Amino acid sequence: MSQIKSLADLKKKREEIKTGLDVRIKSIDPENHVQVKVAMATCGIASGAKPIMEFFVEQLDRRNIPGVVTQTGCMGYCFAEPTVEIKLPGKDPVVFGYVDLKKADLIIEKYIKEGELIDGIIPVNYETIDSKE
Amino acid sequence: MHILVCGGTGCQSSQSDAILSNLRDEIEAKGLSDKVQVILTGCFGFCEKGPIVKIIPDNTFYTQVKPEDAQIIVEEHIIKGRKVDRLLYRNPETKDAVGDSKHMGFFKKQLRIVLRNCGFIDPENIDEYIARDGYMALGKVISEMTPQQVIQEIKDSGQRGRGGAGFPTGLKWEIASKNKSDEKYVVCNADEGDPGAFMDRSVLEGDPHSVLEAMAICGYAIGASQGLIYIRAEYPLAIHRLKIAIDQAREYGLLGNNIFGSDFSFDIKLRYGAGAFVCGEETALIHSMEGLRGEPTIKPPFPAESGFKGKPTNVNNVETLAAIPIIILKGANWYNKIGTEKSKGTKVFALAGKINNVGLIEVPMGTTLREIIFEIGGGIRDGKKFKAVQTGGPSGGCLMEKHLDTPIDFDNLVAAGSMMGSGGMIVMDEDNCMVSVAKFFLEFTVEESCGKCAPCRIGNKRLYELLNQITEGKGSMEDLDRLRNMSVVIKDSALCGLGQTSPNPVLSTLDNFMDEYVAHVKDKKCPAGKCKNLMEYYIIPENCVGCTACARVCPVNAIAGERKEVHQINHDVCIKCGACKDKCKFDAIIIR
Repeated sequence: MSQIKSLADLKKKREEIKTGLDVRIKSIDPENHVQVKVAMATCGIASGAKPIMEFFVEQLDRRNIPGVVTQTGCMGYCFAEPTVEIKLPGKDPVVFGYVDLKKADLIIEKYIKEGELIDGIIPVNYETIDSKE
Repeated sequence: MHILVCGGTGCQSSQSDAILSNLRDEIEAKGLSDKVQVILTGCFGFCEKGPIVKIIPDNTFYTQVKPEDAQIIVEEHIIKGRKVDRLLYRNPETKDAVGDSKHMGFFKKQLRIVLRNCGFIDPENIDEYIARDGYMALGKVISEMTPQQVIQEIKDSGQRGRGGAGFPTGLKWEIASKNKSDEKYVVCNADEGDPGAFMDRSVLEGDPHSVLEAMAICGYAIGASQGLIYIRAEYPLAIHRLKIAIDQAREYGLLGNNIFGSDFSFDIKLRYGAGAFVCGEETALIHSMEGLRGEPTIKPPFPAESGFKGKPTNVNNVETLAAIPIIILKGANWYNKIGTEKSKGTKVFALAGKINNVGLIEVPMGTTLREIIFEIGGGIRDGKKFKAVQTGGPSGGCLMEKHLDTPIDFDNLVAAGSMMGSGGMIVMDEDNCMVSVAKFFLEFTVEESCGKCAPCRIGNKRLYELLNQITEGKGSMEDLDRLRNMSVVIKDSALCGLGQTSPNPVLSTLDNFMDEYVAHVKDKKCPAGKCKNLMEYYIIPENCVGCTACARVCPVNAIAGERKEVHQINHDVCIKCGACKDKCKFDAIIIR
């Protein structure tokens, strides 16, 4: 890993990462790429987010769905943990709450494979400073 | 096309189940099943106007829908593409129908600045933080700004410390920068201890780099090269992620020597606390970091003059720091447009208690309690009645119905008899006994008092004993006066913030719920039915069928009665365990 020595370095790095992420996403298969984010803060883990994350990693692989599973922090929907956000290509991210293994399976089979929404979506009710611009 | 139907508790109690099945039937009857899907969702948080039905992709937001409206929604909207005007959400001020939910004020009530990356990036990957403009603010201050400019920018932003007291951040930095010393320290106060508050933990777990970056910016501004994060050992995941974040930042050279090729060097270490509430007070925190007992000392000297190891030290809370990089990047003038006149920016609140959407929210200062509790928080659980909300944890007070429309900021909360504190909000409904609530918080402060000064050590203990007597039905009206007098004395004479604020729950409940205290003292009754000694179980003769179920389950044989005859409870023997009430199938046993 190279050191960042100036602001210009950092900007370059940022662009690299941005395009890098982009390339990584697009190179797999733009039509079928899926991003799965599992909320893994203390509240999520305590409600069983870990096995859910493992399930997604294992099952996306086993079911031949190209996708990236990452962990993230608390989304604020602590009442509905474990929460999982799914971003299908070209679509807005969708957050599912109260995800157990059965629900996770359903998410893969129905939403990820077919694009069909299933019960238990959590509507987004906030703006971030990015969306405000 | 998707039709989303809210399946939260609030909407379900107003028949969203029937709406869902009617919509599904209607869609099937019209042969649209392959084109339109009807989905049950989680709570939209808009329970006041429930049940909610939302149509996507056009984001039409229907409120107060009735099961019989299913037909018109399908026929008009889905088939003919015409919105059903009478069901649309109306702007409360202009009464205009709002067709697209993106234009609804409600969805703009939450604005995420501190939580901007929480739940969005992978906290264990510095690259994701950098891709979201991470460390750009640090780069900007080091390459383009003088320390004075940085301090001025923070001062202009009007940001006030989020740890509780609301001291202006820029001013704090300025004082620390003016004190000359060979070494100075930047301390991040991550000793979050208020019952019901968890925003600092969530920020550290979800976006640790934002805090590291802010600490480095602060170090540059005040002339410090050492940062310390005081975090409680009870937060293992936050510690784990901080360690990873610090290592990654060091690898990139964003922490360490000669950051961005300048002569500014800054490094961060972790210090673990044992989870004592008083160590959130900055002098106690510093003593604890030095390996001494976590006890506060009198200010002055302030930490900015003589703090860690006797050197100038700047202590900021996690949430305060997490907003700093954005303030630098977007500018003070952007930040100080958000919020109220004297409280700028946003505040994160941790919603807990009897509320539907328990969780973390972030709203601009000046948002009202009603908006937070009923719109974002989704209202009171099980459709019960709102009674009070405790803000500021054990140091704050209880606010009631009449305060619901007060815009929340530092000063308004103090004026209403509570405080901002760290932002915990514990919501209470009609089943909560306010005397017990005051007792609960006092029990916490008695436990957490360090014992150094007499008012806090002895006074709080006596307050607790008085409250205990009252809940046991042994209180007198004189006790209520004594409670108030003692509270005022403790507030005036305690050494640190813990003692000075610990009687707040007592005072605010005395002010706002005097009738409940009087009921406990005079009538020996607990109106909420929570205080064991003040209630008794009673069998309603008309409802009792003499099934003997209650008598059989009673652990102390307090219930007498023959088969098929009315039973009776012997109140001298009853231990009020409630087993009989749970067992009774005929609702014959009540608490009175």
